[in-house]
Amino acid sequence: MEPGEIHALLGENGAGKSTLMNVLYGLLQPDEGEVLVDGRPLKAKGPGDAIAAGIGMVHQHFMLVPVFTVAENVMLGAEQVRGGILGVLDRRRARRQVTEVSTRYNLRVDPDAVVEDLPVGVQQRVEILKALTRDVDLLILDEPTAVLTPQETEELLGIMGSLKESGKSIVFITHKLKEVKAIADRITVIRRGRTVGTASPSASEDELAALMVGRTVNLTVQKAAAAPGDPVLEVEGLVIDDERSVRAVDGVDLTVRAGEVLGIAGVQGNGQTELIEALMGLRPVLHGTVSLAGQRIDGWPTKRVLRAGVGYVPEDRSVDGLVKEFSVAENLVLDVYDRPPFGSGLVLRPDAISASARERIPEFDVRTPSAEAAVGTLSGGNQQKVIIAREMSRPLKLFVAAQPTRGVDVGSIEFIHRRIIHERDIGTAVLLVSSELDEVIGLADRIAVMYRGRILGIVGPETPREEIGLLMAGITDATKTDGTQTGTAETGAAQAGTAETGAADGTAETGTAEGGAGSAATPDGPVTPAPDVAGSEETR
Amino acid sequence: MSTMTVEELAVTVRPGFWTRDRRVGAGAVLLGLVAAVLFGSLATGEDARFTLSEDAGGAALTIDGTVGAILFGMVAAAAGAALLAGLPKRWFVPLLGVAVVGVVLSFLCWQVSAAPTGQNFMPLVNIVRGTFILALPLIFGALAGVLCERSGVVNVAIEGQLLMGAFAGALVGTIAANVWVGLIAAALGGALISLLLAIFTIRYLVDQVVMGIVLNLFAVGLTGFLYERLMQPEAAKYNQPPRFEAWPIPVLSDIPVLGPALFRGNIFLYLALILVVVIHVALFRTRWGLRTRSVGEHPTAADTLGVKVLALRYRNVLLAGMVAGVGGASYTLALYTFSKNMIGGKGFIALAALIFGRWSPTGALLAALFFGFADQLGTYLGAIDSSIPSEFLAMLPYLATLLAVAGLVGKVRAPAADGKPYIKG
Amino acid sequence: MTDVNESGSPSPEKSPVGQRSGAEAVATVGEAERSAAGSASGPAESGGTPPGGPGAGLTDRDGGGQQLLRMFVQNLWSANTVTVTVLAIVLATLIGAVLIIVSDPDVLATWGYFTAQPSDALNASWAVVSEAYANLFKGAVVDPAAVQAWADGTGEWQPVFAPISETLTYTAPLVFTGLAVSLAFRGGLFNIGAQGQATIGVILAALAGFLLPLPPVVHLIVAVLAGALGGAIWGFVPGFLKARTGAHEVITTIMLNYVSFSFLAWIIVQNGVHEPGRPEAISRPVDGSAQLPQLLGSDLRLRVHLGIVLAVAATWAVHWLLNRSTFGFELRAVGANPDAARTAGISVGRTYVLVMVIAGALSGLGGANMVLGTTATALTPLVVAQIGFDGILVALLGRVKPWGVALAALLFGALQAGGNRMQSYASISLELVTVLQALIVIFIAAPALVKAIFGLRAARAARLSTSMAKGW
Repeated sequence: MEPGEIHALLGENGAGKSTLMNVLYGLLQPDEGEVLVDGRPLKAKGPGDAIAAGIGMVHQHFMLVPVFTVAENVMLGAEQVRGGILGVLDRRRARRQVTEVSTRYNLRVDPDAVVEDLPVGVQQRVEILKALTRDVDLLILDEPTAVLTPQETEELLGIMGSLKESGKSIVFITHKLKEVKAIADRITVIRRGRTVGTASPSASEDELAALMVGRTVNLTVQKAAAAPGDPVLEVEGLVIDDERSVRAVDGVDLTVRAGEVLGIAGVQGNGQTELIEALMGLRPVLHGTVSLAGQRIDGWPTKRVLRAGVGYVPEDRSVDGLVKEFSVAENLVLDVYDRPPFGSGLVLRPDAISASARERIPEFDVRTPSAEAAVGTLSGGNQQKVIIAREMSRPLKLFVAAQPTRGVDVGSIEFIHRRIIHERDIGTAVLLVSSELDEVIGLADRIAVMYRGRILGIVGPETPREEIGLLMAGITDATKTDGTQTGTAETGAAQAGTAETGAADGTAETGTAEGGAGSAATPDGPVTPAPDVAGSEETR
Repeated sequence: MSTMTVEELAVTVRPGFWTRDRRVGAGAVLLGLVAAVLFGSLATGEDARFTLSEDAGGAALTIDGTVGAILFGMVAAAAGAALLAGLPKRWFVPLLGVAVVGVVLSFLCWQVSAAPTGQNFMPLVNIVRGTFILALPLIFGALAGVLCERSGVVNVAIEGQLLMGAFAGALVGTIAANVWVGLIAAALGGALISLLLAIFTIRYLVDQVVMGIVLNLFAVGLTGFLYERLMQPEAAKYNQPPRFEAWPIPVLSDIPVLGPALFRGNIFLYLALILVVVIHVALFRTRWGLRTRSVGEHPTAADTLGVKVLALRYRNVLLAGMVAGVGGASYTLALYTFSKNMIGGKGFIALAALIFGRWSPTGALLAALFFGFADQLGTYLGAIDSSIPSEFLAMLPYLATLLAVAGLVGKVRAPAADGKPYIKG
Repeated sequence: MTDVNESGSPSPEKSPVGQRSGAEAVATVGEAERSAAGSASGPAESGGTPPGGPGAGLTDRDGGGQQLLRMFVQNLWSANTVTVTVLAIVLATLIGAVLIIVSDPDVLATWGYFTAQPSDALNASWAVVSEAYANLFKGAVVDPAAVQAWADGTGEWQPVFAPISETLTYTAPLVFTGLAVSLAFRGGLFNIGAQGQATIGVILAALAGFLLPLPPVVHLIVAVLAGALGGAIWGFVPGFLKARTGAHEVITTIMLNYVSFSFLAWIIVQNGVHEPGRPEAISRPVDGSAQLPQLLGSDLRLRVHLGIVLAVAATWAVHWLLNRSTFGFELRAVGANPDAARTAGISVGRTYVLVMVIAGALSGLGGANMVLGTTATALTPLVVAQIGFDGILVALLGRVKPWGVALAALLFGALQAGGNRMQSYASISLELVTVLQALIVIFIAAPALVKAIFGLRAARAARLSTSMAKGW
């Protein structure tokens, strides 16, 4: 690493990028090998040593204490104190420091805002501030753009640029090729824990992708044209709140027909999760209706929805999809264990469960030592295949898949994609939610773009990526009349929004929610942070 | 994690008109009216005298029983009505306080006026002093809970820490014939249980609640065993602990009611009040406090900033044991000799006070006083032959806590990482 | 009895990464054999009959190489648990010995001149410790003197079986409360309320026992069911609160324990309940028609009663419920991962409520045992003893598996029975038993420590209960 350089670390999910950086930051201890800083070996026994050596890190999952204020979060670990041994906090100085650093690097945040009330983009700024106040020379950003809108990403790349100018080095971990090409000075590609090559930003995306996955991947999915039939899923005027009673879905209308794949594209945290969960009866519907093949199903318990012929692949498989301690066989009947032949009344039939598992395992290419092995011991891809096998093993009218290939190896991705298309071809309606735009474009027959709880438009898969990207950022044809101004206004507004969030904090919870609802489709949307709750992982 | 499973089940009804404040308000109105009618009709026309002394004599606040019961019931109902009307949030706590006090006073007017002739008085000095004495172990215990749980270690072993403190204080205090040595031994005794809690939960990752429960039984068994082997046969040698005398504080002890009740106490009373203030300030205004809270809320975040999570947890758990140990000594070095299982569940009421007080030192103090008052009231009512069984008053702290955790009296939110072992990486 | 294996249970290979909630604690395959072997080799337990030899549960398996592999892993695993259990018991008894020595001033005095005459100290210590533990054994398993007397024809047969009878008498209620804690544990709930549930159970059982005029057999059944009902009601409350409001069951059950204790103290002295003419707090005695019959005749030295049979039946029932029933599947799924269970259409709230109701009913049965059996026939404030709290230890020691719990209860029952004799013959306080029990569980809970103490290779530790705690 050179001073003032942006070095991108590129690799697939699970390639070892984050692990490497955690070692560098002292969170994990290396088994062998060493890290050199300014020519001296750094033995970071803990993050304290790393910080002392001038290394700062912005973690993929924010390391912020949700109930603390921005200032408290920033000073934690490097507190401003008076009173000697008593260590009384000097809040005023801490606050001043936050203001100072944030104006210097143009990262505006209210030092007194409570972190859990801030939108994700702003929380990330707090993370960066935390590192900057510690005078780091090297800043590690771990997947910083995963939860950001394209505009917020733009803004972040801008910030990275200015940090670079002020002489800071940045390690930028990502698997998104475009961002790497846009900002990096040097690129290192990592696969399965090894450096497989370095490249300059001028390398083409295909070259980088090939390096990253190890072989030339077929990003497109082979499929015939769809033959849509009758509507299977009809959603009208759906309104849903999230855990914090903030409006998450705000009047969504959708129709999915038999034999077609409807993809929902959008940056994570724009209401997709809530929408899907509400369809499955996992989340209360405030207004609107959901019908399955003409029958109202909103308000039904999950079990009834599943029984009505809906297959469901949840977004987070280890949390919602599988019981890791259970065997593969048991997980394969997790939602039909009480149905013949697996069980009737109070009696469970383990033999039938094992027998069924022995059929499914080869059919869905699940690589497991045995049907009795705990699912938690399988790889991510095989775990996902267990879920797919379970959900596709009963007659379906509708198949709902959320992020079906997240954290899954390439081979399994291809398999899962094929099964989804197969399901479509036998006449099932498929609703696909993915934050990987390529996946949506590859699989879907129609693409609905979701932004701040609303569907901004439904387009065909042949639509240029840029156009879909604009929709994902909340810019519709209607708002485009403002022309180029909108783009810049967005950025400015986002920052203004921050200040407002701080001010509004704590005084009017319901107010913001309603404000968010009203403004979601208008260009000044970003001012109200309400629906921007992508930090669901954090709040959990 | 548990809160998540909750959210799903407690079907999110949008509050609309019936906010929590309004529901509580409606409850208070109802309770106040019931108090006014029921207690009013049961009360006699005798005067209820609240004397500012330890007996029937001296100045007193006097009110006709029936009038008082109805009046205070109405006050409670009025406070409830104000909540129902939808006052701003900051009025919630004061109004709820007024409502509770109103109902309690209404109840007292009935009880005191209905007491046998000649006993229609309530000696406030006695009540206040008794409240504090009974609340003492609860305050120490709850503070021990605050120290532990704010740094993310659930402390169900308060009972054991109190018991061990009481035992060690009595044993060592007797042998050394010195209260101060006894006090130090008590602190170390509590710390011993804490040390076990810390080692097993932090180093060996044993579930914190499991460990707490087992340690309580261990402490009961160990002290009971040594009591029967040593203290019982040779009480003079091992179980005649010296006592801290009362230290009246000049000037302050002359204040009516509060003076004799509060400022003629012993070192434990003062220590408890000082500790509440010190821990409160330390927790919210110092570096130690900030780090402690961060470790209890999000240990990984704290670790990434160079805070030594495990070391801090060890230290705080040990501190907690010392505080609880001193609390145990408030029995054996001031009031009684040691006896088997003498804490008798106070540790669990302390836990209740901690939760009821929402994991804050001052909240814990108030909750402990409330529980102590309920306890003292039981004694008083027993003395005046009340028709209210003392057993039901004894249930009060537990029922109150039950209501609190069920969210009926407001949302209780524990430190986010409370109970979760911290594993690096 | 032989089918103690759990073909449907999770594999032993727990990824330490994946701990999310309760069922991590749920140890694994073939648990019962292990515990059986474990306790059988324990000092106080050589009379115990294991319910199935090692590997007995494997017979219903098929699939060649895999089966061999599984058997190997399983045996390795079980050896591990057995070792830890035995060593934990050894460690606990060692510490107990130290306590006996230091709490005896005379013996302690001999240590004062240890360097001058070490034999004095050693002999005196050995004498006091061996006397204590010998009496513990004689009171729990068998007294050789009684056997000798019977063989000589100078004594009767009853004293030979009296210790076992005592042990089983103490075992029965612990099985129920241990099962109550275990079942809830498997469902992801930490039921500290077994004590309270048993208390309400004891109250209802006793009330039914002396208030209802019913014919013999019917009366007993009604009284036992009343006990179960009482416990079920007391279990329902925390289950319902957990499901509806998310109130943490640890807090609510602790609180309910004390509420029930006060309630018991109150109800004993009410008219119609209180025994007339007795100044102290004691209720009327339970009618003879509602008492659990003694198994070995009416000899007062052989107190073992029908309760132990019910306890074994309950163990089998819980085992079946957990592993062979659809509800058991739901319960285990909810316990291991409530989110996934909910996503798969299982009603988590309903499961919580049901689990707690069943657990409460089990505790209530344990309570009924305390007043309908030979332990007591009337309500007193201490009629429930510590069975609820001991049930927690029993459940942990039994690795929250039904048959493991039964064996752990047997060990605890033996300690209790032996402790009584130790107290009266060797004048060692019964409290030593509490210390031993707590120590055993402490060591079991931290196998890594046990291994470190004995310098064993740090094999994959059979971690007992890991992440029950989900915060308050």
